[in-house]
Amino acid sequence: MNKYDAIVIGAGHNGLTNAAYLAKAGLNVLVLEKNAYIGGATVSRELYPDWKYSNCSYVCSLLRPEIIRDLELPRHGLQVVPYGGGVTFKENGDYFGSHADHERLLREIARHSKRDASAYERYEADVMKQTRLIRPFLMRTPPDPTSLKPKDLKELSLLAKSFGSMGEEGLADTMRFWTMSIGDFLDEYFESDVIKAHLAGSGIIGTALGVYSPGTAYVLLHHYMGDVDGSVGAWGFARGGMGSVSAALSKSFLSFGGTIKCDAEVGQIIVKNGKTKGVALANGDELYADIVVSNLDPKRTFLKIMDEGDLPSSVVTKAKNFKIRGSSGKLNIALDGLPTFTGLPKDSPLCLGEKHFSDSLPKMERAYDEWKAGTWSKDPYVDMLIPTQIDPTMAPPGKHMMSVFVQYAPPKVNGGEWTPEDKAGFEKTVIDQISNYSPDFKDLILHCETRTPQDIENEVGLTEGNIFMGELTFDQLLFNRPFPGYAQYRGPVKGMYMCSSGTHPGGGVMAAPGANAAREILQDLRLTNTVPGGYDDD
Amino acid sequence: MIPHDETMMLKTPFHSRIEAACEINMWEDWKGYTSPQAYTEVEQEYFAVRSNTGVFDISPMIKYRFTGPDAGAYLNRLVTRDISKIGIDRVAYTVWCDDNGQVMDDGTIFHLAENDYRLCAYARCLDWLMWSAEGFDVTIVDETADVAALAVQGPTSCAIFKEMGFEGIENLKPFGITRFPFEDSEVMISRTGFTGDLGYEIWIDPELAEAFWDALFEAGKHREIRPIGSAALDMLRTETGFIQAGVDFVPAEEAIRTGRSRSPFELGLGWLVSFDKPVFNGRKALLKEKKEGSRYAFVYLDVEGNKPAEHAFIYSGDKEVGTVTTGAWCPTAKTNVAFAQVDAKYGKVGQELVAEIYYERELKWTRVMAKCTVIEGAVFNPPRKRQTPAPDF
Ligand SMILES: Cc1cc2nc3c(=O)[nH]c(=O)nc-3n(C[C@H](O)[C@H](O)[C@H](O)COP(=O)(O)OP(=O)(O)OC[C@H]3O[C@@H](n4cnc5c(N)ncnc54)[C@H](O)[C@@H]3O)c2cc1C
Repeated sequence: MNKYDAIVIGAGHNGLTNAAYLAKAGLNVLVLEKNAYIGGATVSRELYPDWKYSNCSYVCSLLRPEIIRDLELPRHGLQVVPYGGGVTFKENGDYFGSHADHERLLREIARHSKRDASAYERYEADVMKQTRLIRPFLMRTPPDPTSLKPKDLKELSLLAKSFGSMGEEGLADTMRFWTMSIGDFLDEYFESDVIKAHLAGSGIIGTALGVYSPGTAYVLLHHYMGDVDGSVGAWGFARGGMGSVSAALSKSFLSFGGTIKCDAEVGQIIVKNGKTKGVALANGDELYADIVVSNLDPKRTFLKIMDEGDLPSSVVTKAKNFKIRGSSGKLNIALDGLPTFTGLPKDSPLCLGEKHFSDSLPKMERAYDEWKAGTWSKDPYVDMLIPTQIDPTMAPPGKHMMSVFVQYAPPKVNGGEWTPEDKAGFEKTVIDQISNYSPDFKDLILHCETRTPQDIENEVGLTEGNIFMGELTFDQLLFNRPFPGYAQYRGPVKGMYMCSSGTHPGGGVMAAPGANAAREILQDLRLTNTVPGGYDDD
Repeated sequence: MIPHDETMMLKTPFHSRIEAACEINMWEDWKGYTSPQAYTEVEQEYFAVRSNTGVFDISPMIKYRFTGPDAGAYLNRLVTRDISKIGIDRVAYTVWCDDNGQVMDDGTIFHLAENDYRLCAYARCLDWLMWSAEGFDVTIVDETADVAALAVQGPTSCAIFKEMGFEGIENLKPFGITRFPFEDSEVMISRTGFTGDLGYEIWIDPELAEAFWDALFEAGKHREIRPIGSAALDMLRTETGFIQAGVDFVPAEEAIRTGRSRSPFELGLGWLVSFDKPVFNGRKALLKEKKEGSRYAFVYLDVEGNKPAEHAFIYSGDKEVGTVTTGAWCPTAKTNVAFAQVDAKYGKVGQELVAEIYYERELKWTRVMAKCTVIEGAVFNPPRKRQTPAPDF
């Protein structure tokens, strides 16, 4: 049988979520995945015997609780364990410890600046105001601001009401927040370099922007708007690595009667008379469905697996102009034991959280300058975690696994492809940086998987290795994601839909794009909606 | 580089004594400090203050020091009350507002000497204090950890101090400050407190904290002095009508939702706003509010029956008009009181309202619709609180 009700291209977590909701509504759904394994950037793999790596994404917060519950992901094996705290090491041997306990955190901030400790409470409240504004829209389809359809008007008025409730001053703050840089934003609160550097990380992770680039304040919000069990802004580890998210999603999908085919790369979406008919695999096989959903980023979807002739030329142009720039790499390291860090007691609760080695904004900006010049940062910003301190399933007892997210790394080195020497140089830069703060680290390394943006693109299919499938700047958010006029998950061809991180509300392991897209598809098919509404914060 | 502090919880300078006295190990976190909720029995701790003397460690309270030629002018610009009227060795209760006239916190200002003040507050606000200091010649220092402090409250408190040799303490007027030699140094005593009773607060070098505690308890041993925890203090402050930041209002800077902060008028603290001053933070907004009316009123309610009205909704007829922020049975006044925020027009003294109270007995929940009346203020307000010379009871 090669005819289905719907075909989803890509078994990333959004493709699987989308497929699960379509199957739950009674459709016969096929998911096609080019790799031999599912998950895309939400994956755990054993590349060194007995060690599991979260190869791409490594921490979980954005994953919508409505979906976790509705698709029964806990019953299908998903457990998210929160972690807290973090450290930014300073060049002078000191460090800033971001304690999970509020009072302890304020005390530690006061150690660097008493004034900043009191400013932190203002900062927290202000960030929370913006977070509250965006959260209700995660599980909703963005309205089309140019449409006069009742549904769009209703959603637009909801958006307006939500912004209106901020008051005049609040609205001005919001406009500034969405457009300003994380550096400028933090400068309005803090005087201590290390505190600013610690907080600024969330503003640049995954973007090809620097701490002083406009738009990065919003990126911070993107890292704050999730929650673990209602604790907004908290992050956790998926037990067993991020692959357990996609594993649970796939089990849920299969429980509704769905089919997944791996090693099945789609070469082309088949369009006839302005309608999708199915897909042609790279090996030439054809599979048919009236509904085809792409879990690929907008560039790949429209420029690689669709024929220009089947598309309005404006869409082709928009896809070409879509901003999706690779800026991050990753090291996954198997360790023979737990490394120690200079000055940090081994039993400090801070060890459980993330570690950074950039102690000022100018340093972070310099790291960005090097990326702009075409190479990886020589003193990069890293977000490093050792999840095995909390999750015992990822390495043998007493052994550890380290996940190092690295910024900045360019998609091409000085305009050329990454060579093995480049990759070795990149790896050495990161390992040397960590060793500067952890003398025993190098000796504990058993195996290291180093991933450049190019590796990520080749393996996961994220164009340029951009982790969010497109920059999270206002020109590419909400009703502009991926492009104006196409933000409601419907493609330019009848029967064709988009469900990836390239659609609202954007990247990260969130599952909201997949779910929102399913709701629109079911509406077009006049089937009963299976997608849950969002929880309310108030 | 200041060394790291790896302790989870801070300890006040009195901790060794508190720990020894805290028999039931009920601790809580007060701004990062280990603080006792109760030592032995809450009821007895409450009555210690109403009939003998209770001692509460207030060291964790946030304290700022202001010195310099513009210190007074600066504070007068910061807070709503007219500080120029507060003489040396006097204390004033006040609130301070943001530019929208919303209360950031309440606290007390101590006029310690010429151009020298201390502010005691609930919330950290150094950032706001520094902002407001632009253009003033004033030095601001957080001295929270540099001053140990105890509240010594109750009818026999003055007598105990006399026993300690603090001669003339009885002549200290409410809101006055005085000093006595202690060991090789001195102790500062103010006639202030959060219990509405005769009582004092003492301020001392942390080095001398334990010695002072020992001398105090030695002097008070025949007058049944006892340490008290926050649970008893909460009953005391409710009975005497003191509001608490974070409980009865949301400090403006911490408010996330629009409209959740309150102005001084909306907290019944309009008497602290001095429009005679040409400038102070929030003045413009408060003037406007005064002219156009407030959104809310803060009321004291006398609640029918004996069920505490904690978390109750307040109705006028069928209309929900507000909620209770603090509610408790008052053991001395033998009254059931509640503080509530209600829509402005229901705030007049004498207004009849209804509280929807839920209470539980052996897992059975019951709802009562209790009549309540808006009253003037504190249900406990004894003459001894104001009498000078302070009597010995
Ligand atoms: C290094 C890195 C670190 C990250 N860290 C975090 C993090 O800690 N927390 C977080 O929340 N997010 C993180 N992210 C972002 C997050 O992982 C992604 O935004 C998200 O996983 C994308 O999910 P998706 O389903 O939209 O797309 P993808 O996961 O990219 O799924 C697309 C799928 O389509 C498949 N595919 C591609 N082309 C074809 C084809 N022609 N035919 C068939 N299949 C095809 C791919 O193999 C892939 O499985 C990280 C991403 C990266 C790369």
